[in-house]
Amino acid sequence: MNNEWPLWEVFIRGQHGMSHRHVGSLHATDAEMAIKNARDVYTRRNEGVSIWVVEAVNITASSPSDKGPMYEPSESKVYRHPTFFDIPDEVGAM
Amino acid sequence: MTQQEALFQFLLRMGDNTLILGHRTSEWCGVAPVLEEDIALANTALDFIGQTQFWLGYAGEVEGKGQDADRLAFHRDAWDFRNLLLCEMPIGDFGQTIMRQFLFDAWHSIYIARLLKSSDPRVSEIAEKASKEVAYHLERSAETVVALGDGTEESHSRMQKALDYLYPYVGEMFLADDVDAAMVSAGIAPDPTALRDEYDALVQKVLDEATLTVPGNRFAQKGGKNGAMHTEHLGHLLCSMQWLQRVYPDGNW
Repeated sequence: MNNEWPLWEVFIRGQHGMSHRHVGSLHATDAEMAIKNARDVYTRRNEGVSIWVVEAVNITASSPSDKGPMYEPSESKVYRHPTFFDIPDEVGAM
Repeated sequence: MTQQEALFQFLLRMGDNTLILGHRTSEWCGVAPVLEEDIALANTALDFIGQTQFWLGYAGEVEGKGQDADRLAFHRDAWDFRNLLLCEMPIGDFGQTIMRQFLFDAWHSIYIARLLKSSDPRVSEIAEKASKEVAYHLERSAETVVALGDGTEESHSRMQKALDYLYPYVGEMFLADDVDAAMVSAGIAPDPTALRDEYDALVQKVLDEATLTVPGNRFAQKGGKNGAMHTEHLGHLLCSMQWLQRVYPDGNW
């Protein structure tokens, strides 16, 4: 029998952030406990206003060995970047 | 006893509860069973120490002898402490720590809620600040009591053992004396005896869910909040908590 608690990935939306950001992982017996542990481990310095947790086994990740076919084709396509526009200051962070 | 002396005693009781339990909780720092609990317990300990600074800081002002919170925390001897005996009991195993935390949090949440309406604005301000921390402490300790009580055979038996061991220290929370009477008549704090039913209902609900049995015997150990007789455990705690200030008085960094 595996006595380890399941692993959870923690995502936190900061006070001024625009989206949840991955901050780390932790162990917990269930989702509710994971939220509480995330509160205690990752928001001690007032980092967050919202927490998401997801069990790590539920994350499907891309394979590092597919790196070439997955990402290289986009490297040479500079025209896909919107760097040719002037962004007015009032727009703020994009 | 003057009103000022009574208020001083009342503030010592509040501050010593959080100081002593905060120190006890901090004993888990670095040695808790899992990293997440280690940090959670350290957070709880820090919440308590923060509350202590307010209670004992105000106590020193009321006393008017130039003692600040640090002086009161580190330069008094065991017989001058006014914490509930429950707070000074050893941490035991993790189950005993969590059970004590829950038995205290349940009382603390009820008591602090009354202090929000205190006629003394300083008291209600401190209560207001503490109330959010206290609510979180209770939520966390109650859930952990249920998880462990209604967990494995071993965790259940450890939690029942912890409850049986600590229950005689619950009754002291509801004993009233001259200090309480003075606080009640001034509208500063509630009558402790009037809080027992609410406490019993809260505790019973959680312990039922945890499949634990509340001991029938209501014998109460007492002597902490009035300082008449602390347990043998307090002196040892003070030794480790106070030694630096005793060896190097007023040292700081």
